[in-house]
Amino acid sequence: MARVVVDVMLKPEILDPQGRAVMGAFTRLGVGGVSDIRQGKRFEITIDGDPTDAQLADLHRMAEELLSNPVIETYELRVEP
Amino acid sequence: MKIGVVTFPGSLDDRDAARAVRVAGGESVALWHGDPDLRGVDAVVLPGGFSYGDYLRCGAIARFAPVMRTIVERAQQGMPVLGICNGFQILCEAHLLPGALTRNDHLHFVCRDQRLRMERTDTTWTNAYAEGEEIVIPLKNGEGGYVADDATLDRLEGDGLVVARYLDVNPNGSLRDIAGISNPSGTIVGLMPHPEHAVESLTGPSTDGLGFFVSAVRSFAGAKA
Repeated sequence: MARVVVDVMLKPEILDPQGRAVMGAFTRLGVGGVSDIRQGKRFEITIDGDPTDAQLADLHRMAEELLSNPVIETYELRVEP
Repeated sequence: MKIGVVTFPGSLDDRDAARAVRVAGGESVALWHGDPDLRGVDAVVLPGGFSYGDYLRCGAIARFAPVMRTIVERAQQGMPVLGICNGFQILCEAHLLPGALTRNDHLHFVCRDQRLRMERTDTTWTNAYAEGEEIVIPLKNGEGGYVADDATLDRLEGDGLVVARYLDVNPNGSLRDIAGISNPSGTIVGLMPHPEHAVESLTGPSTDGLGFFVSAVRSFAGAKA
Protein backbone atom coordinates (compact mmCIF):
# COMPACT_ATOMS: atom_id res chain seq x y z
CA MET A 1 0.00 0.00 0.00
CA ALA A 2 1.18 3.48 -0.78
CA ARG A 3 -0.13 6.83 0.25
CA VAL A 4 -0.40 9.75 -2.13
CA VAL A 5 -0.85 13.16 -0.54
CA VAL A 6 -2.37 16.11 -2.36
CA ASP A 7 -2.08 19.54 -0.72
CA VAL A 8 -4.35 22.24 -2.10
CA MET A 9 -3.77 25.92 -1.33
CA LEU A 10 -5.46 29.13 -2.45
CA LYS A 11 -3.23 31.10 -4.79
CA PRO A 12 -1.32 33.85 -2.96
CA GLU A 13 -3.33 36.60 -4.67
CA ILE A 14 -6.68 35.13 -3.57
CA LEU A 15 -8.01 36.52 -0.29
CA ASP A 16 -8.22 33.82 2.42
CA PRO A 17 -10.74 35.07 5.01
CA GLN A 18 -10.53 31.79 6.96
CA GLY A 19 -6.78 32.05 7.30
CA ARG A 20 -7.23 35.66 8.36
CA ALA A 21 -9.73 34.61 11.06
CA VAL A 22 -7.29 32.01 12.38
CA MET A 23 -4.62 34.71 12.39
CA GLY A 24 -6.96 36.87 14.48
CA ALA A 25 -7.27 34.03 17.01
CA PHE A 26 -3.49 33.72 17.23
CA THR A 27 -3.31 37.41 18.06
CA ARG A 28 -6.05 37.12 20.69
CA LEU A 29 -4.29 34.13 22.24
CA GLY A 30 -1.13 36.18 22.59
CA VAL A 31 1.01 34.36 20.01
CA GLY A 32 3.16 37.04 18.46
CA GLY A 33 5.65 37.17 15.63
CA VAL A 34 3.29 35.58 13.10
CA SER A 35 2.88 37.64 9.94
CA ASP A 36 0.43 35.52 7.92
CA ILE A 37 -1.65 32.33 8.02
CA ARG A 38 -3.12 30.62 4.97
CA GLN A 39 -5.56 27.69 5.24
CA GLY A 40 -5.55 24.82 2.76
CA LYS A 41 -6.78 21.27 2.26
CA ARG A 42 -4.91 17.98 2.46
CA PHE A 43 -6.09 14.78 0.75
CA GLU A 44 -4.61 11.40 1.67
CA ILE A 45 -5.17 8.81 -1.04
CA THR A 46 -4.35 5.19 -0.25
CA ILE A 47 -3.69 2.89 -3.17
CA ASP A 48 -2.90 -0.79 -3.50
CA GLY A 49 0.78 -1.41 -4.16
CA ASP A 50 3.17 1.13 -5.60
CA PRO A 51 1.54 3.64 -7.94
CA THR A 52 2.06 3.06 -11.63
CA ASP A 53 2.71 5.92 -14.04
CA ALA A 54 -0.86 5.55 -15.33
CA GLN A 55 -2.25 5.77 -11.79
CA LEU A 56 -0.16 8.84 -11.04
CA ALA A 57 -1.40 10.44 -14.25
CA ASP A 58 -4.99 9.75 -13.13
CA LEU A 59 -4.29 11.22 -9.70
CA HIS A 60 -2.75 14.35 -11.22
CA ARG A 61 -5.85 14.71 -13.39
CA MET A 62 -8.10 14.35 -10.35
CA ALA A 63 -5.97 16.83 -8.39
CA GLU A 64 -6.31 19.37 -11.16
CA GLU A 65 -9.94 18.81 -12.19
CA LEU A 66 -11.66 17.81 -8.95
CA LEU A 67 -9.56 18.31 -5.82
CA SER A 68 -8.48 21.82 -6.80
CA ASN A 69 -9.91 24.62 -8.89
CA PRO A 70 -7.02 25.94 -11.00
CA VAL A 71 -8.74 29.34 -11.22
CA ILE A 72 -8.11 30.02 -7.53
CA GLU A 73 -5.96 27.19 -6.20
CA THR A 74 -2.70 25.32 -6.71
CA TYR A 75 -1.93 21.73 -5.72
CA GLU A 76 1.10 19.68 -4.81
CA LEU A 77 1.06 15.90 -5.19
CA ARG A 78 3.60 13.56 -3.62
CA VAL A 79 3.94 9.85 -2.97
CA GLU A 80 4.75 9.20 0.69
CA PRO A 81 7.36 6.53 1.41
CA MET B 1 -41.09 27.26 -23.89
CA LYS B 2 -39.78 24.40 -21.75
CA ILE B 3 -37.26 25.38 -19.10
CA GLY B 4 -35.63 22.60 -17.11
CA VAL B 5 -34.79 23.10 -13.45
CA VAL B 6 -32.17 20.71 -12.09
CA THR B 7 -32.46 19.20 -8.62
CA PHE B 8 -29.16 18.12 -7.10
CA PRO B 9 -28.90 16.52 -3.66
CA GLY B 10 -28.95 19.66 -1.50
CA SER B 11 -30.67 21.99 -3.96
CA LEU B 12 -32.98 24.40 -2.10
CA ASP B 13 -34.45 26.76 -4.63
CA ASP B 14 -35.51 24.39 -7.39
CA ARG B 15 -39.21 24.72 -6.47
CA ASP B 16 -39.06 28.52 -6.47
CA ALA B 17 -37.18 28.53 -9.77
CA ALA B 18 -39.77 26.22 -11.35
CA ARG B 19 -42.55 28.45 -10.03
CA ALA B 20 -40.82 31.56 -11.41
CA VAL B 21 -40.66 29.88 -14.82
CA ARG B 22 -44.42 29.24 -14.69
CA VAL B 23 -45.25 32.75 -13.43
CA ALA B 24 -43.29 34.08 -16.42
CA GLY B 25 -45.43 32.01 -18.80
CA GLY B 26 -42.98 29.17 -19.44
CA GLU B 27 -43.36 25.45 -18.85
CA SER B 28 -41.09 24.11 -16.10
CA VAL B 29 -39.60 20.66 -16.39
CA ALA B 30 -37.99 18.92 -13.42
CA LEU B 31 -34.53 17.52 -14.20
CA TRP B 32 -32.67 15.13 -11.91
CA HIS B 33 -28.93 15.28 -11.24
CA GLY B 34 -28.45 11.57 -11.88
CA ASP B 35 -30.24 11.49 -15.23
CA PRO B 36 -28.39 12.82 -18.29
CA ASP B 37 -31.70 13.16 -20.22
CA LEU B 38 -32.75 16.81 -20.56
CA ARG B 39 -36.32 15.78 -21.52
CA GLY B 40 -36.52 18.05 -24.52
CA VAL B 41 -36.06 21.36 -22.70
CA ASP B 42 -35.12 24.56 -24.52
CA ALA B 43 -33.15 26.04 -21.61
CA VAL B 44 -31.96 25.11 -18.13
CA VAL B 45 -31.89 26.81 -14.73
CA LEU B 46 -29.32 25.60 -12.19
CA PRO B 47 -30.93 26.65 -8.90
CA GLY B 48 -29.50 27.78 -5.59
CA GLY B 49 -28.75 25.59 -2.60
CA PHE B 50 -25.92 23.48 -1.31
CA SER B 51 -25.44 20.74 -3.89
CA TYR B 52 -23.59 17.77 -2.40
CA GLY B 53 -23.40 19.69 0.88
CA ASP B 54 -20.96 22.19 -0.64
CA TYR B 55 -18.32 19.53 0.07
CA LEU B 56 -14.86 20.09 -1.45
CA ARG B 57 -15.84 23.44 -3.01
CA CYS B 58 -19.28 24.84 -3.81
CA GLY B 59 -20.39 23.27 -7.09
CA ALA B 60 -17.24 21.16 -7.49
CA ILE B 61 -18.99 17.78 -7.26
CA ALA B 62 -22.23 18.87 -8.96
CA ARG B 63 -20.17 19.81 -11.98
CA PHE B 64 -19.54 16.11 -12.63
CA ALA B 65 -23.16 14.95 -12.13
CA PRO B 66 -24.54 12.95 -15.07
CA VAL B 67 -27.04 15.73 -15.93
CA MET B 68 -24.19 18.26 -16.09
CA ARG B 69 -22.34 16.34 -18.78
CA THR B 70 -25.31 16.87 -21.09
CA ILE B 71 -25.88 20.45 -19.96
CA VAL B 72 -22.23 21.45 -20.52
CA GLU B 73 -22.29 19.90 -24.00
CA ARG B 74 -25.60 21.56 -24.95
CA ALA B 75 -24.63 24.90 -23.40
CA GLN B 76 -21.48 24.95 -25.51
CA GLN B 77 -23.75 24.50 -28.53
CA GLY B 78 -25.88 27.49 -27.51
CA MET B 79 -28.57 26.18 -25.17
CA PRO B 80 -29.41 28.96 -22.67
CA VAL B 81 -28.45 28.29 -19.05
CA LEU B 82 -29.09 30.47 -16.01
CA GLY B 83 -27.12 29.63 -12.86
CA ILE B 84 -28.36 31.22 -9.66
CA CYS B 85 -26.14 31.28 -6.56
CA ASN B 86 -25.04 27.62 -6.24
CA GLY B 87 -25.90 27.38 -9.95
CA PHE B 88 -23.46 30.24 -10.65
CA GLN B 89 -20.82 28.37 -8.63
CA ILE B 90 -21.48 25.23 -10.70
CA LEU B 91 -21.17 27.18 -13.98
CA CYS B 92 -17.78 28.53 -12.87
CA GLU B 93 -16.58 25.11 -11.69
CA ALA B 94 -17.65 23.68 -15.07
CA HIS B 95 -15.69 26.48 -16.79
CA LEU B 96 -18.78 27.61 -18.69
CA LEU B 97 -18.14 31.01 -17.10
CA PRO B 98 -14.74 32.42 -16.02
CA GLY B 99 -13.65 33.07 -12.45
CA ALA B 100 -14.79 31.49 -9.20
CA LEU B 101 -16.92 32.19 -6.14
CA THR B 102 -15.10 32.21 -2.81
CA ARG B 103 -15.98 32.61 0.85
CA ASN B 104 -17.46 36.00 1.72
CA ASP B 105 -14.64 38.32 2.77
CA HIS B 106 -16.32 38.99 6.14
CA LEU B 107 -16.89 35.22 6.71
CA HIS B 108 -20.58 35.64 7.61
CA PHE B 109 -23.51 34.20 5.73
CA VAL B 110 -25.41 37.18 4.33
CA CYS B 111 -29.17 37.35 3.69
CA ARG B 112 -30.59 40.68 2.55
CA ASP B 113 -32.66 42.43 -0.06
CA GLN B 114 -29.96 43.62 -2.43
CA ARG B 115 -30.04 46.50 -4.88
CA LEU B 116 -28.42 45.79 -8.23
CA ARG B 117 -27.77 47.68 -11.42
CA MET B 118 -28.51 45.75 -14.61
CA GLU B 119 -25.65 46.35 -17.03
CA ARG B 120 -25.94 43.85 -19.87
CA THR B 121 -29.49 43.56 -21.18
CA ASP B 122 -29.08 41.77 -24.52
CA THR B 123 -28.73 38.28 -23.03
CA THR B 124 -31.30 35.49 -23.17
CA TRP B 125 -31.97 36.05 -19.47
CA THR B 126 -31.91 39.86 -19.12
CA ASN B 127 -33.53 41.32 -22.25
CA ALA B 128 -36.66 42.36 -20.34
CA TYR B 129 -34.61 44.91 -18.37
CA ALA B 130 -33.43 48.35 -19.42
CA GLU B 131 -29.70 49.00 -19.36
CA GLY B 132 -28.88 50.74 -16.08
CA GLU B 133 -32.18 49.68 -14.49
CA GLU B 134 -31.95 49.25 -10.72
CA ILE B 135 -33.67 46.26 -9.13
CA VAL B 136 -33.99 44.80 -5.62
CA ILE B 137 -33.92 41.02 -5.15
CA PRO B 138 -32.89 38.74 -2.28
CA LEU B 139 -29.27 37.75 -1.82
CA LYS B 140 -28.26 34.87 0.46
CA ASN B 141 -24.85 33.28 0.36
CA GLY B 142 -21.81 32.29 2.37
CA GLU B 143 -19.48 31.88 -0.58
CA GLY B 144 -20.48 34.58 -3.03
CA GLY B 145 -17.28 36.54 -3.45
CA TYR B 146 -16.61 36.70 -7.17
CA VAL B 147 -12.90 36.47 -7.99
CA ALA B 148 -10.89 36.25 -11.19
CA ASP B 149 -7.47 37.48 -12.24
CA ASP B 150 -7.12 41.08 -13.43
CA ALA B 151 -6.85 40.08 -17.10
CA THR B 152 -10.15 38.17 -16.88
CA LEU B 153 -11.86 41.03 -15.03
CA ASP B 154 -10.61 43.53 -17.64
CA ARG B 155 -11.90 41.28 -20.41
CA LEU B 156 -15.32 40.93 -18.72
CA GLU B 157 -15.56 44.71 -18.39
CA GLY B 158 -14.12 45.46 -21.84
CA ASP B 159 -16.41 43.02 -23.62
CA GLY B 160 -19.45 44.15 -21.64
CA LEU B 161 -20.04 40.73 -20.07
CA VAL B 162 -20.92 41.99 -16.58
CA VAL B 163 -24.67 41.43 -16.28
CA ALA B 164 -25.34 42.97 -12.87
CA ARG B 165 -23.40 44.88 -10.24
CA TYR B 166 -24.03 45.38 -6.52
CA LEU B 167 -25.23 48.82 -5.42
CA ASP B 168 -25.16 50.41 -1.92
CA VAL B 169 -22.95 47.72 -0.37
CA ASN B 170 -20.71 45.00 -1.68
CA PRO B 171 -22.20 42.13 0.33
CA ASN B 172 -19.48 39.50 -0.08
CA GLY B 173 -16.24 41.05 -1.29
CA SER B 174 -16.88 40.39 -4.99
CA LEU B 175 -14.20 42.02 -7.11
CA ARG B 176 -15.42 45.13 -8.93
CA ASP B 177 -18.85 44.69 -7.26
CA ILE B 178 -19.74 41.96 -9.77
CA ALA B 179 -23.05 40.22 -9.01
CA GLY B 180 -23.48 38.40 -12.31
CA ILE B 181 -21.70 37.70 -15.60
CA SER B 182 -22.45 36.17 -18.98
CA ASN B 183 -20.70 34.36 -21.80
CA PRO B 184 -20.00 36.46 -24.92
CA SER B 185 -23.11 35.28 -26.80
CA GLY B 186 -25.35 36.00 -23.81
CA THR B 187 -26.88 32.53 -23.57
CA ILE B 188 -25.17 31.60 -20.31
CA VAL B 189 -25.69 33.85 -17.28
CA GLY B 190 -24.51 33.35 -13.70
CA LEU B 191 -25.94 35.46 -10.90
CA MET B 192 -25.31 35.33 -7.16
CA PRO B 193 -28.58 37.02 -5.98
CA HIS B 194 -31.92 35.23 -6.34
CA PRO B 195 -34.41 36.55 -8.92
CA GLU B 196 -36.65 33.49 -8.40
CA HIS B 197 -37.48 34.73 -4.88
CA ALA B 198 -38.80 38.04 -6.24
CA VAL B 199 -41.52 37.17 -8.71
CA GLU B 200 -44.65 37.70 -6.60
CA SER B 201 -45.44 40.54 -4.18
CA LEU B 202 -46.80 38.13 -1.56
CA THR B 203 -43.43 36.53 -0.90
CA GLY B 204 -40.73 38.76 -2.37
CA PRO B 205 -39.37 42.22 -1.61
CA SER B 206 -40.39 43.12 -5.17
CA THR B 207 -41.30 41.42 -8.41
CA ASP B 208 -38.05 42.65 -9.96
CA GLY B 209 -36.70 39.14 -10.45
CA LEU B 210 -39.43 38.03 -12.82
CA GLY B 211 -37.66 39.74 -15.73
CA PHE B 212 -34.98 37.03 -15.86
CA PHE B 213 -37.59 34.38 -16.61
CA VAL B 214 -39.75 36.60 -18.82
CA SER B 215 -36.60 37.39 -20.81
CA ALA B 216 -36.00 33.72 -21.58
CA VAL B 217 -39.61 33.05 -22.50
CA ARG B 218 -39.60 36.15 -24.70
CA SER B 219 -36.26 35.19 -26.33
CA PHE B 220 -37.68 31.85 -27.29
CA ALA B 221 -40.94 33.33 -28.62
CA GLY B 222 -38.85 35.74 -30.70
CA ALA B 223 -36.66 32.93 -32.02
CA LYS B 224 -39.72 30.94 -33.07
CA ALA B 225 -41.55 33.84 -34.74
